Amino acid sequence: LHGCAPVWLEIMKWNGWGYSDSRFLFNKKGQAEFTGKRYRLSGMIIPGLKDWFEGTFGANLQHKTPPTPLLTNTAVPPATLNEAFVEEVKSTGIPFSHDAEDRVFRAHGHCLHEIFALREGKIGRVPDMVVWPSCHNDVVKIVQLACKHNVCLMPYGGGTSVSSALECPPEETRSIVSLDTSQMNRILWIDEKNLTAHVEAGIVGQDLERLLNESGYCTGHEPDSMEFSSLGGWVATRASGMKKNIYGNIEDLVVHIKMVTPQGVIEKSCQGPRMSTGPDIHHFIMGSEGTLGVVTEVTMKIRPMPEYQKYGSVVFPNFEQGVACLREVAKQRCAPASIRLMDNEQFKFGHALKPQVSSIFTSFLDGLKKFYITKFKGFDPNHLCVATLLFEGNREKVLQHEKQVYDIAAKFGGLAAGEDNGQRGYMLTFVIAYLRDLGMDYYVIGESFETSVPWDRVLDICRNVKARIIRECKDKGVQFPPLSTCRVTQTYDAGACVYFYFAFNYRGLSDPVHVYEQVEHAAREEILANGGSLSHHHGVGKLRKEWMRDTISNVGMGMLKSVKDYVDPNNIFGNRNLL
Amino acid sequence: SVLLYYPMLKKRDDFEDILEERRTSSDLRYALRCYTPVLYKGVTPCKTSVLKSMVLQSDQLHYVINQVSKESGRAADDVREEASAILEEMAHSLQLSTVRFFAFMLSKVFKTLFRSICVNEEGIQRLQQAIQEHPVVLLPSHRSYMDFLLMSYILYTYDVALPVIAAGMDFMGMKFVGEMLRMSGAFFIRRSFGGDKLYWSVFSEYVKTMLKNGYAPVEFFLEGTRSRTSKSLTPKLGLLNIVMDPFLKGEVFDVNVVPVSISYERILEESLYARELLGVPKPKESTSGLFKARKVLSEDYGSIHVYFGQPVSVRSLAEGRVNRCQFNLVPRHIPRRPSEEIQSFVNDSAYRLVRAQEENMVLKPWVLLASLLLQNHHQNRAAGQKPGMALDELTTQAVWLRDVSRQYGAFLHWPGTVRVQSRFYEHVFNVSLCVIAGEQGGPGDPRSTVTPEEELLSQAVVVLSCASYRNQMLHVFVRPALLASAIHIASSNQKQEVFNSFSFLRNMFSSEFILCPGATVQDFEEACYLLVKTGVLQVTQQEVLVTERGHRTLAFLTSMLDPFLQGYQVVCRFLCEEDTETLTEKQFIPAVRKVSLCFSVLSSDLQKNALAALQRLGAVRKIKGYVGFHHPCVPGWLD
Repeated sequence: LHGCAPVWLEIMKWNGWGYSDSRFLFNKKGQAEFTGKRYRLSGMIIPGLKDWFEGTFGANLQHKTPPTPLLTNTAVPPATLNEAFVEEVKSTGIPFSHDAEDRVFRAHGHCLHEIFALREGKIGRVPDMVVWPSCHNDVVKIVQLACKHNVCLMPYGGGTSVSSALECPPEETRSIVSLDTSQMNRILWIDEKNLTAHVEAGIVGQDLERLLNESGYCTGHEPDSMEFSSLGGWVATRASGMKKNIYGNIEDLVVHIKMVTPQGVIEKSCQGPRMSTGPDIHHFIMGSEGTLGVVTEVTMKIRPMPEYQKYGSVVFPNFEQGVACLREVAKQRCAPASIRLMDNEQFKFGHALKPQVSSIFTSFLDGLKKFYITKFKGFDPNHLCVATLLFEGNREKVLQHEKQVYDIAAKFGGLAAGEDNGQRGYMLTFVIAYLRDLGMDYYVIGESFETSVPWDRVLDICRNVKARIIRECKDKGVQFPPLSTCRVTQTYDAGACVYFYFAFNYRGLSDPVHVYEQVEHAAREEILANGGSLSHHHGVGKLRKEWMRDTISNVGMGMLKSVKDYVDPNNIFGNRNLL
Repeated sequence: SVLLYYPMLKKRDDFEDILEERRTSSDLRYALRCYTPVLYKGVTPCKTSVLKSMVLQSDQLHYVINQVSKESGRAADDVREEASAILEEMAHSLQLSTVRFFAFMLSKVFKTLFRSICVNEEGIQRLQQAIQEHPVVLLPSHRSYMDFLLMSYILYTYDVALPVIAAGMDFMGMKFVGEMLRMSGAFFIRRSFGGDKLYWSVFSEYVKTMLKNGYAPVEFFLEGTRSRTSKSLTPKLGLLNIVMDPFLKGEVFDVNVVPVSISYERILEESLYARELLGVPKPKESTSGLFKARKVLSEDYGSIHVYFGQPVSVRSLAEGRVNRCQFNLVPRHIPRRPSEEIQSFVNDSAYRLVRAQEENMVLKPWVLLASLLLQNHHQNRAAGQKPGMALDELTTQAVWLRDVSRQYGAFLHWPGTVRVQSRFYEHVFNVSLCVIAGEQGGPGDPRSTVTPEEELLSQAVVVLSCASYRNQMLHVFVRPALLASAIHIASSNQKQEVFNSFSFLRNMFSSEFILCPGATVQDFEEACYLLVKTGVLQVTQQEVLVTERGHRTLAFLTSMLDPFLQGYQVVCRFLCEEDTETLTEKQFIPAVRKVSLCFSVLSSDLQKNALAALQRLGAVRKIKGYVGFHHPCVPGWLD
């Protein structure tokens, strides 16, 4: 019964990020290029990448670390099947598989250690079976059978988790069944009077937007992973989208949720926009990370597609000024759909990813811009940083809004740096994950992680966490200085979301993944010590579990635990995330 | 928990004499040379006025001004004025020209006073490195007024960023000199400002602003004041709290603290200190006084050793000890009393840092000689024997003690051969020999007609001066000596028994020596480790046994504490015999002095420490400045 989603498997990499046809490589001339046709950068030569890559990491194109090319079935542990359960599933007609490839594909998210192991062909505990329900009722049946036969269920959406949430607990002795929601991908109805859409939870972000766009609507929810992540996953992790300033985060977008639990189906009886009926049960569901049940259907707010979109960018003399500007924008509550501030290292990184320019004229213009900023305005190229902006709305308002933001920026020494820089900044969001695979071909490993922090702490946390990463790498014997960089990706009234990127060349280390994990652990400790949160939107999974008690207090843990104990006393949803 | 560390395992750097070059090249050229220190992450130095306005505009000060204004009903502007005036009074105004002036003058003075000023260059290099990477705090030991000028002089010499120095207000009493010091980087703080919120907040914000931005290394004396006895003083925590705060609150990635050990062969204020300890009031700091003191220029003060220790990262000190999340829930600019966790962390760190200072103090041969002579003096007195010891016996013992000291980690500076002929050596021997000759009439003319009180005073001066040399090596032996005495007084060899005695003695002497509160077990282990390693003891699970060859060391160690034990005994006896139930602290010191025949008890330092100990042990109670006394609590063995 291999592959009820054969298409998906064939077009996706099994041991790296994204589509099989899209990847970075250094061609025979040593120039970097991005393959495929799917992205704006696809098929382009990126002349600056090689120098940046070698210079930043001390990497060398001669020193390669290619992945194991094919998955060998012998590396996959045999499936422990619960025969009675399998028989009953078979009788329901719901498709399932215990094919090794299907199981391995759903045994991981995209944490560094997970991908690193796959590239080495090392497979740990994987689900014993995959089921593909195609609607809510299928899920109800599967959950009932799972309870009846005491098998462990692990919901699987887009597989983009970066919290070890999809890792099978090695101590789990029951048969583990991966419940893949990918076939539940329909928009069931659109309500234009109330501007809502009722959608099955397995739909992935890009399909949801595309389908809604056909009717002239959008949700506006655009997490960086939206190509692959699913609606159910967003709900289960409390996701956040790039354009939350206009559309809100997932908790603002959701009107109604239906979830199947071992105790039955949980849902509200109406779709009132706000209710005062005790604690909001949606908040038990959102962020439950698959520990309570499977989200099957969601009613979401929708908006008419924006009439006009405009990118923009601002260069600041230094990161401090940039943060001060973002703070002011947040204070005046005039943040555009998206506003992101990259630090100097990331600015340089972005610069290195500039594709080959087609005409002498453009390169001349680029030179002129550079001259203007560094020589005429006196910005130090080793300090300046860039904010990227995205405005949305009707044309007139966008232009007005744009002016307001640029005026504020000017007060903090910011210079408008053009639409093109802005657009490229956002395009990079989607290709950056592909870059990690390139790094891993040449001894470079890395990852990003995020936090949210009050405004007065933003600068301190950025400085301290970056410094801690550098210090820890040195202490742990990393031979080359690491890349340690950050950006502010979201603004709120009372604080901001900060992303850290961290990568290093691991030549000379015997256990690079362990070193990586130690450094990331230290960085998280540093984040917490500096008043940052455990996670802004990636979630806790198993990776950050150890800090949960300190984060939400003993009583908080007790509350969550008692909910789990009531909803799922036999731990059918046994992925052991969160608690 | 406090980390165990064994000083004997440390390797020390070599010294270089910075006066050598001064004696061969022009001081003027030296004072005018190009001075380009490297600063923290390449920041540019900040003008005094900019610094002041940063302080006045800080969130913290803003908050406190409003708070004070609300509480006192004064207008906020009025309070702001006051804050600004406090800052004016406090702030340094470092000027390179003044520094150059001092560089010139001090070169002349130092060359006259000292044979050499030896500095460990590697320490300077480490400091340079630290300054570039993190805000730096310099913590020199404090034995003389000379210390901070000396520090700045050395840093200027090596082209290291000049520090700003916390100085007591006393200096401001000195016309002109006060201002000169201000222009060489000193900032002035009042000796006590207990409840003055505004003052405290201006002060702490001022220090933090300089530190956080890395404008200059901040220098202060952990001991708070000059030690008159050459023993390190119990550290004061106020400023250490302030400089650690920016790290704990995440405002900087780290702060590096550099302990600096300044060892004088002979302290300028030597005889002043002994008199001060005996109750002759300290002369008030004044410019004319300074001028009068110029006669010291004609004397030989030997050499100075300045050792810049390993920079200590506050981050690594705090690792696993302080939960920095405690600042997450209140805005960081709102002043709050430090939590107990932080108080104990700062306290432990302070002790560690003082120990780090002590550890790199350079000991000269006469420190050992003074110890031996004093011990001999005490023993002879106790036995009613004729004082004095033969020179070759002294030499033999000194060689023995040299080897023992090295084993215990002392940082000895031992010349190839002790040349007795030099003037300075004569001086030490004069002082020392007086101890021997003490009973027969003291130094100078034996036929002079002095009153018995004056004679006693001059003898006491000699003993206390001698003791101040001995005190320089106390830190090397204090833990083993406590253990030795504990073994001596314990009723059996049982380890627990010995530990109990050790713990009692340690508690009693915790104001006398640098012994970190709460680290009894670690200190006991350290003492055991040292004594076992040097073959003095065998320690089993149950018992503590003295080895055959250990007796000599053990006897030396016990006698080291003897004068202190005797002194405390005298104080106790006095309190027991005193008729009155209560007496004022002011009466206490002269009263004890009267009954005493033991020289060391004459020292007001010991008296105060003993009183503090008795208070801690619950034998004495303090009622608004009076000393109350519970008779039965004096432990029996003290009698």
